[in-house]
Amino acid sequence: MRRAAFSALISHWRKHPIQLVSLVLGLALATALWSGVQAINTEARASYDRAAGILGQDELQRLEPRAGTIPLSDYIAIRRAGWLVSPVMDGAINLNGSRVRLIGIDPLTTPPQSAPVDLSGDGDLQSFILDGLLFAHPDTAAQIPDTLPAVRATETLTPGVIITDLSTAADLLETDSFARLILAPAQPINLLPLSEVAPNLLLVAPDEGNDIARLTDSFHLNLTAFGLLSFGVGLFIVHAAIGLAFEQRRPLFRTLRALGLRKSTLLTLLATELLSLALIAGMLGVALGYLVAAALLPDVAATLRGLYGAQVSGVLTLNPAWWLSGLAIALLGTAVAGAQSLWRTAQLPILAPAQPRAWAIASLKSLKRQAFVGAGLIVFAALLATYGSGLTIGFVLLGCLLVGAALTLPLFLHLALNLASKFSRTALSDWTLADTRQQVPGLSLALMALLLAMAANIGVGTMVSSFRVTFTGWLDQRLAAQLYVTARDETEAEDLARLLDGQVDAILPIRYIDAQIEGAPGQIYGIIDDVTYRENWPLLAATPDVWDRLAAGDGALINEQLSLREDLAPGDPVTLGAAQFPVLGVYSDYGNPRGEAILSLAQLREQDVAINGLNFALRLPETRIEDVTNLLTNAGLPARNIRDQAAIKAFSLDVFERTFTVTGALNVLTLGVAALALLTSLLTLSTMRLPQLAPVWAMGLTRAKLARLELLRAVILAALTAFIALPVGLALAWVLLAIVNVEAFGWRLPMTLFPGDWIGLFLAALIAAALSAAWPARRLATRPAADLIKVFAHER
Amino acid sequence: MLQVENLTKTYPSEDGVQTVLREVSLSLDAGASLALTGESGSGKSTLLTLVAGLDAPDSGAIRFQNHDLTQMDDAARADLRRGEIGVIFQQFNLIPSLDVAANIAFHARLAERADADWCSELARRLGLAGHLTRYPEQLSGGQQQRVAIARTLAARPKLVLADEPTGNLDEDSSDTVLDLLMSGVRDTGAALLMVTHSLRQAEKLDRCLHLSHGQVSP
Amino acid sequence: MNVSPLALLLWLWATALSAQGFAGLGTDAEGFAIPQQGTELTFPNDHGAHPDYRIEWWYLTAVLEGEDGLDYGVQWTLFRSALQPEAGSGWDAPQLWMGHAGITTPDRHFVAERLARGGIGQAGVVANPFEAWIDDWSMTSTAEAGDQLDALTITARGMEAAYTLDLTAAGPLVFQGDRGYSVKSASGQASYYYSQPFYEVSGELTLPGGTVSVTGNAWLDREWSSQPLAEDQTGWDWFSLHFEDGAKLMGFGLRSASEVFTSATYITSDGTPTPYGDGALTLTPLTLTDVAGRQIPTEWRVQLPAHGIDITTKPTNPQSWMDTLFPYWEGPLRFTGSHTGVGYLEMTGYE
Repeated sequence: MRRAAFSALISHWRKHPIQLVSLVLGLALATALWSGVQAINTEARASYDRAAGILGQDELQRLEPRAGTIPLSDYIAIRRAGWLVSPVMDGAINLNGSRVRLIGIDPLTTPPQSAPVDLSGDGDLQSFILDGLLFAHPDTAAQIPDTLPAVRATETLTPGVIITDLSTAADLLETDSFARLILAPAQPINLLPLSEVAPNLLLVAPDEGNDIARLTDSFHLNLTAFGLLSFGVGLFIVHAAIGLAFEQRRPLFRTLRALGLRKSTLLTLLATELLSLALIAGMLGVALGYLVAAALLPDVAATLRGLYGAQVSGVLTLNPAWWLSGLAIALLGTAVAGAQSLWRTAQLPILAPAQPRAWAIASLKSLKRQAFVGAGLIVFAALLATYGSGLTIGFVLLGCLLVGAALTLPLFLHLALNLASKFSRTALSDWTLADTRQQVPGLSLALMALLLAMAANIGVGTMVSSFRVTFTGWLDQRLAAQLYVTARDETEAEDLARLLDGQVDAILPIRYIDAQIEGAPGQIYGIIDDVTYRENWPLLAATPDVWDRLAAGDGALINEQLSLREDLAPGDPVTLGAAQFPVLGVYSDYGNPRGEAILSLAQLREQDVAINGLNFALRLPETRIEDVTNLLTNAGLPARNIRDQAAIKAFSLDVFERTFTVTGALNVLTLGVAALALLTSLLTLSTMRLPQLAPVWAMGLTRAKLARLELLRAVILAALTAFIALPVGLALAWVLLAIVNVEAFGWRLPMTLFPGDWIGLFLAALIAAALSAAWPARRLATRPAADLIKVFAHER
Repeated sequence: MLQVENLTKTYPSEDGVQTVLREVSLSLDAGASLALTGESGSGKSTLLTLVAGLDAPDSGAIRFQNHDLTQMDDAARADLRRGEIGVIFQQFNLIPSLDVAANIAFHARLAERADADWCSELARRLGLAGHLTRYPEQLSGGQQQRVAIARTLAARPKLVLADEPTGNLDEDSSDTVLDLLMSGVRDTGAALLMVTHSLRQAEKLDRCLHLSHGQVSP
Repeated sequence: MNVSPLALLLWLWATALSAQGFAGLGTDAEGFAIPQQGTELTFPNDHGAHPDYRIEWWYLTAVLEGEDGLDYGVQWTLFRSALQPEAGSGWDAPQLWMGHAGITTPDRHFVAERLARGGIGQAGVVANPFEAWIDDWSMTSTAEAGDQLDALTITARGMEAAYTLDLTAAGPLVFQGDRGYSVKSASGQASYYYSQPFYEVSGELTLPGGTVSVTGNAWLDREWSSQPLAEDQTGWDWFSLHFEDGAKLMGFGLRSASEVFTSATYITSDGTPTPYGDGALTLTPLTLTDVAGRQIPTEWRVQLPAHGIDITTKPTNPQSWMDTLFPYWEGPLRFTGSHTGVGYLEMTGYE
């Protein structure tokens, strides 16, 4: 009985292959986008954890300088006071043009918790200390030239990091001081307090999560939100396909029940069927997700590197937890999408009337109820926007806005079509509009998906474009000098300054120190008083005479991130390194996740720490660029140490573009999924719409004409949906720019509108709708007359 | 006005080709009425759909007002149907998305001879005046058929084709609906070709033709 | 750090073993100096480090009695291990330093260990004025006249306990073996080895229960070499004994699979040493104790017939386990029999 019943149930799919394909494809796509995003996040997080675990800063306290570095003598003094600390050198070296982080450790004092590399092999310790053995991720190891010591590839390290002994690091980084000291978790008894032993150093608690993970959290939350959106859009398809398959099999269910199949058995069989489909689609989706992730990961890695300095391997590793969770989400999605249908089947009396309820006919009343809930969500979103704060609230707000808008869409379409029919003058347009209105409930899920996809597209597009406009303008201000030169050491820096004197309009030294800014790592720059800054520097807020006061050493400029994070405005005091300064102004500093401040160069020099002073910016006429470049290269400076404004701008814009490649790709994919949802819904409806079409056909409309009207209807609905997607998308853009970005990146951008893009998207939506409707319409146009005649003849 | 000559229609079926109509001929004058009776499956409904130009025969000719439908393409047959022929089926005649008033006026508007007075006259005659803003699904079967009749008559076709128009109705309302149909046809001067299995109804028409196994039997 | 203790042990061992084939030459293949018989040790220079030798130590053990009447023991050791036979300076110095400190009470044994690289000042030894240190642990000369090692202050601390002891030598430095050339195997491996066994000690132990004043005797061993053990030798049992009459005995047995190579030096109370070669000293394990998962002989019968010595040693705390990178047993003891007194026992190579 069970087997016979099961084969009867699944025979439905053989007769309706399109339904099967749309169900499996919808679920697979939903799973793919979701698990693809998860794969990217998992890979990145694993990289961060490895990076954090390298030196155990996720577990261990550490001593950091308030500014600059820790000299060897301080380290020895602390050791000789009995404190178990281990020194770390941390700097960057240039490998064939790409910067790699070089970390020097002392294997003899490193606490076990911060062990980055395995030195247990025979002779490892000796080659580490004596031969300068390097450890690096295989990706990075491959870049290390033969001129450096031997390298051992280690999967557990983060790409872009080299671990080596202090002695080797001291050579390569040309330093003999430390970035920080790591404290062993257990310390001897009766020690003098650290405040006496090392009064100049800050005791820093273990990183919660870790620095990079915290900085990039917002980025991953963004990705997750998009993954979820795509998943949701995919579920619309699944829901529609399952709903239809159950609706069409109701007579079969009744027959089976009448033949003595228990209700519980029927439900079990149906659940089994759904489970099997979910597993197949889930596996397909995970495989697709892997491809999506593998394709996007290099861009994500580039983004994370460019934006946060986070090193993420561009190669995806297959993690069982990840693909299992992909399958789980597919099962969960199926359960969500199928629950309603199963429940309805459970309620179905054996002797239900032979005529099934028309699929997805919803009364105006239920449209109103839905819209009421939607409006509530939108109001809630508005309240959140007004009174809430924080990244999570930002995303909840986005969720409420989008779902709310989606729920109000069917009523909006209904009313819009009602209104349009008031202006209708011909029988055909009357009918077309009336019939379109009647199609709304059946298509509402697909149209909601389209609305979400389009709103996301407009919102994200507006955000990205606003960002691009602001960023480009900002780059022009910030990169006011024509040439940027890096000397290789102090002597060369002095020589270059002498050489350039009189050759250029201005030499602007770029001097900075690494320092604690309001308790977090950051950089303090020192600048000379120059017209370049006065004319170009992008100030968002300033005290009067800001440049005079800065030059006089009256205070500091801080970047927007710091200002927002610490709630600092001009006039407030800010703690930079060991000293406090009044804030004179706030400048925009896009692309920098950390706090930053500017002092006058004289004041920076008073900070009593080693200054990184090898960079210069040169102001000169465009026509002199080539001469000055030649002058510098002839003086022996390698060409790669001289970069012109255009090259830096190109690099910055490239980082920028790659940052949004992923969101762009997900955007397009989401729109594609929405179009697919529309296609499957239309295909589904096309078979059920014959009773609506047949009378009109009988009254003298050809099938071809009816098909064209079907196409027109889809386009009308898409156009109306696009119409409502525009304000929703702009609201989304506003939330992204004014709330999410501020929380995520630390900067707020002015919103710029791009009506040209909207027209493009509008056309894209119409084309997508027309394409979705094309196949069902063609099927209608070529349908045998007998099929239509049957409508009248059949007892349905 | 209507001449059907040697009409043959076959359908492909699982047991090979099934012949539904074999060499059927008939004729109908303007303003006259003809009943088609026969067993279930005798081919009477198929004959009606062929005459309506909804489908094409395998061979034979259907001449309507000097046009041969079998020589016309789909679009031309649709034009003819829209302008000259009204079809009433046993069920699913109405457009679910339009209300009663719009349904009644629909065919006439398609044929571009809508006449609001005539439409309201028909609605009144057929007892639909109180239901004009309702939708088909809110009507009983008899009411729905009245709407279908009103819609057909509103377009003032030359030929009304009706396939068991009262088949779903009980005997009393059947008679009422049929009387309304026939009086309407008479008033508009249309010819009527009606398929029915009820001899009692067939007798109300001018002539009667019996179909059996796809052939006319006297 | 993922350097497992075993690995570091193996590494030090392996480098030591690789030198074996070159015994007898002035240097081994990697350029490390080899002890030569007949070399005159000179002080204070030889109190300092010998970076051209592979291995060296400053090894102090103190047998103490507390004001509370309990027996205590203290160990302070600084090991030097050279990766290359040069002192070097700064980051590139190829010298590694390791400090061990132990405090034994009748029911506890506290261990601490420190590692440091040479060349940066974190650890080292200066001969004059004498100071040996690693981090905050130090052994500093307080001698105002005479030899630098005649008076010392030593201090060390761990996670639970610490000590500071003042030491005054009541006798002269004593050379082991042939004027400081001490043979360590039948095939001729040797080290330079001298001792100061005559320290009188007073000081304080800081224990979890509070501070305890202690007094007692201490013994300093100084030894350096590039080839300490023969290839088949698996470990040793090493005694430093203080007799009640003021005489001292240093004796050890180097175990190999087949035999035990013994050596001893009897030192009269005025500091006159009498060295004994292989076989003169007999060491017999009496009681095995389960320590850190191994069976270790914590009670011994020690016989040196040449001096009528036949004694039985009992440890203050049988669980005197040094849980360090190279784990070993080291702790104070009392002995009875033909003679009575106190001493220290070190046992290595028990797996």
